[in-house]
Amino acid sequence: MSPDTLSTPVVETAKAPDRAQTRAQAARRRKAIVFAVRVLLLVAFLGLWELLSRAKAIDPFNFSMPSKIWDQIWTWGTHGTALGSLGEQIWYTLYEALLGWVIGVITGVVFGIALGRISFLADVLGPFIKVLNSIPRIVLAPIFLIWFGLGPSSKVASAVVLVFFPVFFNAFQGAREVDRNLVANARILGASDRRVTLQVVIPSATSWIFTSLHVSFGFALIGAIVGEYIGATKGIGLLVSQSQNTFNPAGVYAAMVILAVVALAAEGLLTFAERRIFRWKPTGSDS
Amino acid sequence: MSADTSPAIELRGASKIFKTPSGGLHTAVRDLDLTVGRGEFVAVVGPTGCGKSTTLTLVSGLEEPSEGEVLVAGEPVAGVGDKVGFVFQQDATFPWRTVLSNVMAGPRFRGVPKAEARDKARTWLAKVGLAAFEDRYPHQLSGGQRKRVALAATFVNDPEILLMDEPFSALDVQTRALMSDELLELWEGTGASVVFVTHDLEESIALADKVVVMTAGPATVKQVFEIDLPRPRKVESVRLEPRFIEIYREIWESLGEEVRITRERGAAHVA
Repeated sequence: MSPDTLSTPVVETAKAPDRAQTRAQAARRRKAIVFAVRVLLLVAFLGLWELLSRAKAIDPFNFSMPSKIWDQIWTWGTHGTALGSLGEQIWYTLYEALLGWVIGVITGVVFGIALGRISFLADVLGPFIKVLNSIPRIVLAPIFLIWFGLGPSSKVASAVVLVFFPVFFNAFQGAREVDRNLVANARILGASDRRVTLQVVIPSATSWIFTSLHVSFGFALIGAIVGEYIGATKGIGLLVSQSQNTFNPAGVYAAMVILAVVALAAEGLLTFAERRIFRWKPTGSDS
Repeated sequence: MSADTSPAIELRGASKIFKTPSGGLHTAVRDLDLTVGRGEFVAVVGPTGCGKSTTLTLVSGLEEPSEGEVLVAGEPVAGVGDKVGFVFQQDATFPWRTVLSNVMAGPRFRGVPKAEARDKARTWLAKVGLAAFEDRYPHQLSGGQRKRVALAATFVNDPEILLMDEPFSALDVQTRALMSDELLELWEGTGASVVFVTHDLEESIALADKVVVMTAGPATVKQVFEIDLPRPRKVESVRLEPRFIEIYREIWESLGEEVRITRERGAAHVA
């Protein structure tokens, strides 16, 4: 019995680094497999689409096919679109969406925190905000077109109204849900009301606000695109509407692909910023 | 000036009545008279939920009394003053600030220049033994370490009055004894007056000069006991002394009755 119990730990220590290594290897392998299956799925989807379309099992005009869409993007990229270079269209849409997003986020956060902190304001303005929120705001886009014309400002405006509400409601909720202990502690330590707002309420509302930022950038893009679709001189939304009017479904799909890439890149940037700002938060791997 | 001779804290016939969410009235504290002398360590014990914490919020200025008077250094309390420090039962460190920045918060809120605040904060972090942890965030610390941060953040403001609301109740027994000793050491250098709320009678006798027993809610003072144990004390050893046990038995006779009343009410509530 005793020789057995003595020998086991020796074997264990010899094996320990080995086990860590195999575990790391397994983790790496799993990652590779997940990635490979993803690629496979994408290839299968695109291949099937191409195949069915070429075999005319689905209507090649309505559904187009990946190769045509890629040709369309390529042509736009190398020869430019009917409206000018592709880069210019992307930049135009991005500019409108970003500007609308920034304005919407700032006003949303300021109003949300202010109403969350000052209950008099919240009581007075509450019903108005509910009414405004219940309007399907996308129908405001034509009105903005009338007010602000074909230029970027009408698109910025529709992006702002789409972004404002989700950000506002989250900031408001965040300001309301601040830990009462933290506020009491800050007051005891000597913080004025202004300091409490700036150094306790806003930091603890940031996680609420950031949740809404992810959703709202998508909304800003929608606002800009819909605005362009209704009437514009430049932009990806206009590309969509022109492709539609010239019976070019490949153009519509191509514009969609470009938009998806733009949205993904923006999302990546936002996640990066979030990681930097929330270093103080416990994460799954840490602690 | 009269402020020099007046006691640190005085409550005269103070009552606090809250509105409950259902629209009723709840009396947390009723007709409370309590005097805390300068540099005195007073422990307040009472059954759970009797309104001990409310007494502290009245003294701190976070809440106003519905009736009666609350005086700090002879002056009526109006809002949160700069003489008071408060250690809360729950964690009240700012999670987005590092340890150092948490301890700096008080002086910075009070307009102390950054460099000076940092020096003061480092001094107090060293006193609570967390000098090596100044760059950590609260979530990276243990519960006891976070409490130390809270103590340092409170003491760095040099409070004349220190209010503590069951500060160690969330800690395990060993850590609690350690923290009690540390608190006594920190306090002995400052000359601050302390009101320490707890439901742990042992803790209160080991720490305090005076133990105040509260009645079952609504809370009012039932009896006050002077604790004549010599200082400096060590929490772990002082509670083995015969005199300690004598005092314990004496106070428990008074406190036990109130605990029974509270328990019976709870049982009636459930039934």
